[in-house]
Amino acid sequence: MYILGTGNISAQKTFGHVPFLTEAVEYTGNRLSCIEPDYKAFIDAKQIRRMSRIIRIGVAAAMECLREAGVNSPDAIVTGTAYGCLEDTGLFLAKMVEFKEEFLTPTAFIQSTHNTIGAQIGLMLQCNNYNNTFVHRGFSFESALLDAMMLLQEKEAANVLVGAVDEITGMSHTILNRFGSYKQGPVSNFDLYATKSKGTIAGEGAAFFLLANEPSATAYAKLDGLKTFYKPKGIEEIENNILSFLDVHSIALNEIDLVLTGKNGDMRSDKIFAQLQQSIFNKKELISFKHLCGEYPTSTAFALWVAANIIKTGSVPAVFDQKGAKESKINRILIHNHYQGIYHSLILIAAC
Amino acid sequence: MNKLISELKIQIIEQLNLQEVKPEDIADDQALFVEGLGLDSIDALELIVLLQQHYKIKLSNAEEGPKVFRSVKTMAEYITAHQSRNV
Amino acid sequence: MDQRIFVAGVGVISAIGKNLAECLDSLENGRAGIGDMICLDSVHKQKIPVAEVDMSNDDLAHLSGLSKTKSRTALLSVIAAREALNNSGIEDIEALRTGFISANSVGGMDRTEKFFADFFFNNQKGRLRDVVHHECGSITELVADQLGIKDYITTISTACSSSANAIFFGARLIKNNILDVVVAGGTDALTKFTLNGFNTLMILDEQFCQPFDDKRRGLNLGEGAGYVVLVSEKVAASLQKKPAVTLSGFCNANDAYHQTASSPAGTGSYLAMEGALRRSSLQPAQIDYINLHGTGTQNNDIAEGTAIMRLFDPHYPKMSSTKSFTGHTLGGSGGIEAVFSILAVEHGIIYPNLRLQTPMKELPFVPETTLTKNVNIKNVLTNSFGFGGNCTSLIFSKF
Repeated sequence: MYILGTGNISAQKTFGHVPFLTEAVEYTGNRLSCIEPDYKAFIDAKQIRRMSRIIRIGVAAAMECLREAGVNSPDAIVTGTAYGCLEDTGLFLAKMVEFKEEFLTPTAFIQSTHNTIGAQIGLMLQCNNYNNTFVHRGFSFESALLDAMMLLQEKEAANVLVGAVDEITGMSHTILNRFGSYKQGPVSNFDLYATKSKGTIAGEGAAFFLLANEPSATAYAKLDGLKTFYKPKGIEEIENNILSFLDVHSIALNEIDLVLTGKNGDMRSDKIFAQLQQSIFNKKELISFKHLCGEYPTSTAFALWVAANIIKTGSVPAVFDQKGAKESKINRILIHNHYQGIYHSLILIAAC
Repeated sequence: MNKLISELKIQIIEQLNLQEVKPEDIADDQALFVEGLGLDSIDALELIVLLQQHYKIKLSNAEEGPKVFRSVKTMAEYITAHQSRNV
Repeated sequence: MDQRIFVAGVGVISAIGKNLAECLDSLENGRAGIGDMICLDSVHKQKIPVAEVDMSNDDLAHLSGLSKTKSRTALLSVIAAREALNNSGIEDIEALRTGFISANSVGGMDRTEKFFADFFFNNQKGRLRDVVHHECGSITELVADQLGIKDYITTISTACSSSANAIFFGARLIKNNILDVVVAGGTDALTKFTLNGFNTLMILDEQFCQPFDDKRRGLNLGEGAGYVVLVSEKVAASLQKKPAVTLSGFCNANDAYHQTASSPAGTGSYLAMEGALRRSSLQPAQIDYINLHGTGTQNNDIAEGTAIMRLFDPHYPKMSSTKSFTGHTLGGSGGIEAVFSILAVEHGIIYPNLRLQTPMKELPFVPETTLTKNVNIKNVLTNSFGFGGNCTSLIFSKF
């Protein structure tokens, strides 16, 4: 399976025809917000008014992906989102409380449903094909990706538009902060992994991919494998899952040129990455990505975008601060991410 | 009536999030739905809430909508007629 | 790769019964579960009829084994999913690759609403434990953990087609040799959020709904959960009680017409039904019963009816909307109606479409208004069409 196109709106300059992370944007708070494009280039003004921010972000990323892949209408559209459309959910709830269930408006309600993003993409493309939305916390993107891969394997689709979107709103940030999720006090995202404290930084973003059975001349990379595992009991179970994943794909550890890890600066959840660095990954080149995009349930989509671009450009940008010796050519990358220590995902991606 | 029409135009733009439209762009008699401003069924529901919230008028039958919301002028006429009945 | 997918067990809880036997009894005796709002505390209490499960959260907690502080959505889900697993005859799910694919539309919103009532006035107020399971996926996990399933868990949310999509995603996981057993379906509890949301769309009926009636006024919201246990051919062969029903067809298509309304021609509905038939290699004339999506709204019933006309004319199977019994259970509807469809095959029953007085003048067919028993039902088509144009149809067949 091949990645023929991507579209990524994030807290970094990742959207459109831009050089691959030649510079990184610094943030000093615990909330990273998307750098948004001019939507009028992608969406008709009459339709924009019906789309809240997260829908605009998702639609624009999806459209850019299709444009890049040179596909007008995909055979299937599969979306992942853990939180769904938070802004509209919050708006509708607020009005419900404020006006005691009177004078409520339909727009916020309609836009609050989780499948609105995928549905709007389908509507804009007038695409009657398969359209599905996964909403399972740290597995939302991975489930969407598995669905896409199965569709391709089943030959139900020759290509699939697959991606994930999640947003942070004022309300959700406040609530998650109350749960102790984030760093307190000023911290630069560039120093995220050096902070020996609890909490991470909040992120958001939309990343879409055009996956296909056949490569194109401008394909990014080959998607070789995906595995998820849930609530591993300890480091041994994590190691076993990683090793058996590689085994199933007949790949030896030494054939992995780079490991992209989901460290997020929270010392509680980063512990396992430190352990893996000492054990099975002790001879591997490791880089992390959440200092760029922040932490959110569907950040694996951002990681996949990073990995695909590293394979395509053949090098690791300086923003990743890679410590060890750099490989002359990066042929194979293993992504290992986890969200809250509960949802672990492994993705194998290789040069075409 | 003219004051009401001006107010309505501002309220409609706000309620329906018509970002690119200014009050002076909407003619009093201009069709709001399908052609003209190109509003749809969800906008009709929004306008029903607008009538309720700002003018305390309840349009209980959604089928009355196309007639009442044909243009800003018909909306203003409906409001004037029903408000005087409420008094 | 293309093995048969068997239904080893089913489980359900709805306004017409807290388990299979009670629901079947209500269906056979024309007993709808629509009435006054009792559990839900809304200003619309006296005005809008709903189809509530006739149990308080305390009672549901007791029956489910989960704490009563957990979302009602999760409580309903556990009860139905556990019934399905218990009926499946599978003794040890840990010995097999087992997954839980669930669906819902608003997750733990029933508790989030309580949180919000305080949070709105002061953002440091509101009990965090009321929002910790807000997300759709969190509800699924509460249930998966309770059932002891961890090999593969995920949640789908595509409005009213959610649990139908969950069921056939589960089937594909088996066909792709990722899992051996899948508990799949969906759940939704009534919430003020959804009640008010649907109210703003002006598609709620202030009387008891009349699906496919010419004078229909809208839908009644309901709540509940429905799950099926799907197994591979190999697992089916190993069971003492041999499964007799298969999931023979499925299809997900998109209407791509409007955010909430269906296209007049019922494009998405047509494509979903046609695709399911193609997958099952069945001709329209081989369908013995259609469990309609049939919400009772002006829009759905004509769109669905038109699509059925295009596909089945002139051989119309018997059909009915069981939403006339259970109300529209949103994220749970695909699952609950899949269970009813499977029961139809197993018991040879065709359910009536309650309160249908005046047939729709546009359609050349009329849903069944009386119960029929001892019917040889080989193939049942069940429809689930939702907001966002998400349309899914499933076919269950006698093996």
